[in-house]
This record gives sequence, C-alpha cells and structure tokens, in this order.
Amino acid sequence: MAMSSNSFALSELRERVARLEGNSARRREVLPFGIPEIDRVLPGGGLALGALHEVAGGANGAVDGAAAALWAAGVAARTRGRILWCVTRQDLFAPSLAQAGLPPGRVIYVEAGDEAAVLACFEEGLRHGGLGAVVAELARLPMTSSRRLQLAAEASGTLGIAIRRWRRQTEATDFGQPTAAVSRWRVSALSSRPLPVPGVGRPRWRLELLRVRAGESADFEVESCDAKGRLALSADLADRSPATKTRSLGAVG
Amino acid sequence: MFGRQGRRREVLALDAAAHHAGLRIGMPASKAQVLVPDLVNLELDPAEDMAALDRLALWALRYAPIVAADLPDGLIIDTSGADHLHGGEAAMLTGLVDRMEASGIAARAAVADAWGTAHAAARCLARPTAVIPPGQAAAAMRDLPLRALRLPSAIVDGLHVLGFERIGDIEDTPKAPLTHRFGPELMRRLDQALGRAAEPFEPVRSPELIEVRRAFGEPIGAAETIARYTGKLVHQLCAALEQQGLGARRLDLLCHRVDNRVEAIRVGTAAPVREVRRLTRLLTDRIETVDPGFGIELMTLTATLAEPLHDRQTMSSLVEPLEPDISDLIDVIANRLGSSRLYRFAPVESDVPERSVKRVAPTAPDDGASWPGEWPRPSRLLSPPEPIDTMALLPDNPPVWFTWRGIRRRVARADGPERIFGEWWLHQAETQSVRDYFRVEDEGGERFWIYRAGDGEDPATGSHKWFLHGIFA
Repeated sequence: MAMSSNSFALSELRERVARLEGNSARRREVLPFGIPEIDRVLPGGGLALGALHEVAGGANGAVDGAAAALWAAGVAARTRGRILWCVTRQDLFAPSLAQAGLPPGRVIYVEAGDEAAVLACFEEGLRHGGLGAVVAELARLPMTSSRRLQLAAEASGTLGIAIRRWRRQTEATDFGQPTAAVSRWRVSALSSRPLPVPGVGRPRWRLELLRVRAGESADFEVESCDAKGRLALSADLADRSPATKTRSLGAVG
Repeated sequence: MFGRQGRRREVLALDAAAHHAGLRIGMPASKAQVLVPDLVNLELDPAEDMAALDRLALWALRYAPIVAADLPDGLIIDTSGADHLHGGEAAMLTGLVDRMEASGIAARAAVADAWGTAHAAARCLARPTAVIPPGQAAAAMRDLPLRALRLPSAIVDGLHVLGFERIGDIEDTPKAPLTHRFGPELMRRLDQALGRAAEPFEPVRSPELIEVRRAFGEPIGAAETIARYTGKLVHQLCAALEQQGLGARRLDLLCHRVDNRVEAIRVGTAAPVREVRRLTRLLTDRIETVDPGFGIELMTLTATLAEPLHDRQTMSSLVEPLEPDISDLIDVIANRLGSSRLYRFAPVESDVPERSVKRVAPTAPDDGASWPGEWPRPSRLLSPPEPIDTMALLPDNPPVWFTWRGIRRRVARADGPERIFGEWWLHQAETQSVRDYFRVEDEGGERFWIYRAGDGEDPATGSHKWFLHGIFA
C-alpha cells in the first residue's frame, strides 16, 4: 500500500517536472529494446526518440569503437527511415552493419574530414526531421554542442547517437565530462557464448547504462545484435530464477 | 597554318610534327614551303578560333562559375571556392587536362593566386599541370622567360637586346629606367604576373541561360542584406524557371563589387529543384565565402544547368507511409563538403573483403542488394591490413598467440579457416594467391579477423605472413 502511494506521488512529480520543462504537449516516443529487463530501467520504457544518446566502447573499444558502432547500428536498424552516419575518417565495414539489420540502401555516409564538420552535419541531420536516426563518431563533445544537438533532436523527433571514440585509450577519461545527452552507454566485449564444439559463439557484450535522465544506471550482459538489430539477454542471466534476477539488477548503480 | 601578319604571309600556328621538321612560328610562308615540300597548308581564321574558344569557355563553366577566354589561346577560370567540389586543386587540374585530351586538345593548366601567374605557369613550366601555392608566385616566376609576361613582341625583343632573358632579371633591375624606355606596360604586366596588381575580367555567359540580375544604387555589404536580396533573386529565378517548366541543377550567384572584382557562389543539386526556400537555403549557407570588399553593386543569379521538372503525383499516405524526402539535406551537405564526401555503400560481387564494397551516390536507386550474410564480418576494417607476429601450426590451425600493436594476446577460441582465392580474372599476379581468414577471440573477449597470406603449404600461394584485417564487435 505504502509502495503504491509512493509511486503515485512520484509519477505526479514527474508530470510536473515535465510540464515545467515545457515539452509536455508532445508525448515522448520511445524505442523499446524488446528486453523487459532493460526497458524497465529506462524512463518511458525504451530509448527516447527525439533525443541525443552517447555510446562508447570500453577498454580497447574506446579506440576502435567496433562494438559501439554495432550497438548504434542495431538501434538505428529498428527505427524507420534513412540513417545518416557522419565520420571523420571512414573505417566502417558495411557488410557487418548489414548483418545487424542495416541494409546498404538505408545508410548514407558523410566523411567530413574534421570534428567541427562532423558536428555541423550531425546537427543538420537532426534538424531535418526526415531521417530515422543520425549517428556521428566524435572524440570531443562539449556541453554547448551537445545542448544544440539535443535541442535539434527534440525539435524534429529524430534519434541522435554520438559514438564517442578517441585516438588513445587515455583520452577516454573525457567520457566522464557532463553533456546534455539523455543517456550514456558503454559497450565492452565479453568472451562469446561457449559452444559445445571448438569455435566462436554469438558475441556477448557488457552493456552499461552509465547515466540516464530521470532514471538510474544499470548494467547488463547481453548477446550482440541479431539480423534485425535486436539484442538478447545473455542466456545464463535470462535463465536465472526471478528472485535472483531482480536482486542482481537492483544491486548495480 | 598560314595567315597574314602585316603585309607578308607567314606561319602562325603549327603542330608537333611541323615543329620537328624545322618550321617555326613567324617564318615566312615561302620558306616553310621550301623546307617541307608536301606541307599541308591551311588558312588561319582568327574569328573562328575565337568562337571555338568561347565555346570551350562555356564548357569549362562546369568547373567554376567565372570563366573567360584568355585570347588568343587560353582559358582563365576563377576556381576560388569551387575546387573542393572537384577533389582539390591538383585533382581538378588533372581531370581538366585529361578531359581536354580525350576530345583531342593538348592542354596545359596551372592554378595560382593571380591570372598573370597562372597564365605564365601554364605556358612555360615543363609540367602539364602545376599548382603554385599562395604567396609563392614570385619564387616560381623568377626562372620563366620574358614571353610569359603577355607583352607585345616589340618590348620582348627590346629586352632581349638589352640582355634580359628571364623575369627574375627584370625583377632585380631598377624599375625607373626600364619604364622610361619601354613605357608603363612592362611594369603593369610584371605586377600582374606576380599577383601585385588586380586584374578583373568579364566572365563568359551563354545568352540562352536563365538569368536574373539586380543592380543597387548604393553598394551593399552586410551579410543579412546579401541574404535578403539573394532570396528576392531566387524568387524571380524560380518564376522564370516555372515558365519554361525547368528546375535548376546548378546555380551561380555572381556579386560584382565596386572595385570591379567578381565574387561567386556556386551550388549544385542532385535533382532539378524549383523550390524558393530550398535554393535560398543553399545559397545563403555559403554567404560567408563572399568578401564584399567596399560593397557589391550588382548581383546576378544564373541557372547554369537546368533540367525539365515535371509535376509528380505523390502517393496517397493511406496505402503506405511516405518515404520522407531527404534530397534537400543531401544538397546542403554536398555543397558544404563536396559531393564526393557523401555516399552510400553498395555491394560488389567479390570475395575479397576490401573489394566487396563500392561507393555510390546517395541518390542512386536502391536495388535492395546486400552482401551474403552467412559469414560474420567485422564492423571495423583496417586499411591496409596490419602485419602481426604469430605462432601457429601450419597449415590449417589458427595461431596460438599473436602480437598486434605491441600487445601480445593469447587466442582462447577461433573459427576458420575461410579461404578466399585471388581474382585471377582481374590481376595476373593473383592467379594462385590465397588468403585464409580466421575469427579469433582473445582471453579478454576481444574478437579479431586475421588472415594468413597463402594456404600454409605452397609458397606460390602467398608469403605465409599473418595480418590483422578487422575488429569484430
């Protein structure tokens, strides 16, 4: 009983905050992951559309950005419409994105040459409104720029994903700096699912939700994108009994 | 080619074979005919030459909005702000010369700060294409002969008599006595060649192009004012285009300044457009590249490339949701960065990973083709592949460990080999070559795509060295 009245007060408070923020007229749309454990910790039940999200790789992934790019491709694959992908220098391998559910006909690449041009194209794409998602690979994302991007995304309802990627692993400390992004994720490679025969199984990631506006951080062990861009909860975590599951999710933060 | 020069007939132009036979420009016609008995004798027609040069100038409008004929035998193109659309200055020059050569014109080209510098460099440097970096005109011009200065032949001959051979010689001499003797023309041309004096020129315009213009009583200079009048010009132009049922593919906005210089903005679109808002947006996006100087007194807007634009019926949104039109976004980004920076990937039927993708224009029709999906592919591909140190059992086993970028990794799990043969129908050298790809996972869980050049047994199939080609997610 106390629990329910408490949550009622909370939801009322949330509504008031949303009204103060000034965008309560439009219903916030979300893109659910389709995994209840992840969607439960995200406000609204999924990744907010019309918002900027940040993602980076852990350890060596901060430099190569391989897992972060595939995570972003999986999210973008589940949106509707074309994708604009802005990079400074091209090293993506398009067949891999096609395997994560992004066919080559949907993605338009911009090779911008420098960070300032990437930011400009990122904002231009978010402002346009006709795209499904805009992805940009950035090393630096100052507060002012991220605020501009967030406002552009809010105005058009386009999903923006900033893949943070640095030249050296030591520069990855920049990921601690505050930005206006709605959520911040980190994807690190884990060893793949064991197979009964020698070989490499389905890749697994540690997916860390480091920060989310109006929500709590959490981390998950997931299996990487399938052909439709969907993640799956790691098998040993999914098969656990319900009691342990909630405890393990509640413990992290 | 012969023609009259004053009262006598002499050789006015010749080709390489005639030059080899000993003929020279300026030689009397009778002497030439004695030297080469079976000489092909053509009359030079200066009027026809000029007309052909004008036609060539109109063709060269594809490169930049400001082009003029540089009589008697050249073109002058103001490439400022246009070179990045063609891949940079050097690439643009090579492309220009190659295209000319394909149509039978042996052309030479140079890019420099000033008309005079480019004129001299194109004609007198040994290379067919030359790029003179900004501020280096004086150094580059020192060793060029005096005829590069566009002076009347009487002055050049007079200077030769005095012992001047190269531009550097005049540069090192006191100017006053030379001016006293040869008139102001010499120093004017020298200053123009070294980029010290401005030299305006009248750009060529084709009469049938759709053009609107606006003259100002008081010169304008503020960016907002230019933007406002650009909007008005676009409005007029779109009305004119609509009358003819056309849409613009390329627009040139020329701003004539009070000091007789012309500043230009060129924008292109991927498909014909007649929307006022879109075209204005494209033009005003680039206003910061216009230097108004002391003010702009005349603006002209020309649709240098226009194509028929027909009204299309859009599909009813009841049937299926409309695919949003993003061609305006593509145009904005392409005009800002150059259209080669904006692309889609399309599959190529090749098993060699780096050859299996090609870049196509973002507006190219999508045939829905994709890559075969049964083998996992890495999300980042290193180009070129990086050599690694390994220890592996030949011929079929993956490495036990490998060292990449100074870090040694033990292989915990591996998949492979996936054998890829060289494409012997493309390259003779690949007749026997083989790559064996392995997907390996180290103990930390990072996954890599590595390959061995060669099949592990026969040295003819490859060097048996190992490379890291990609990083899996």
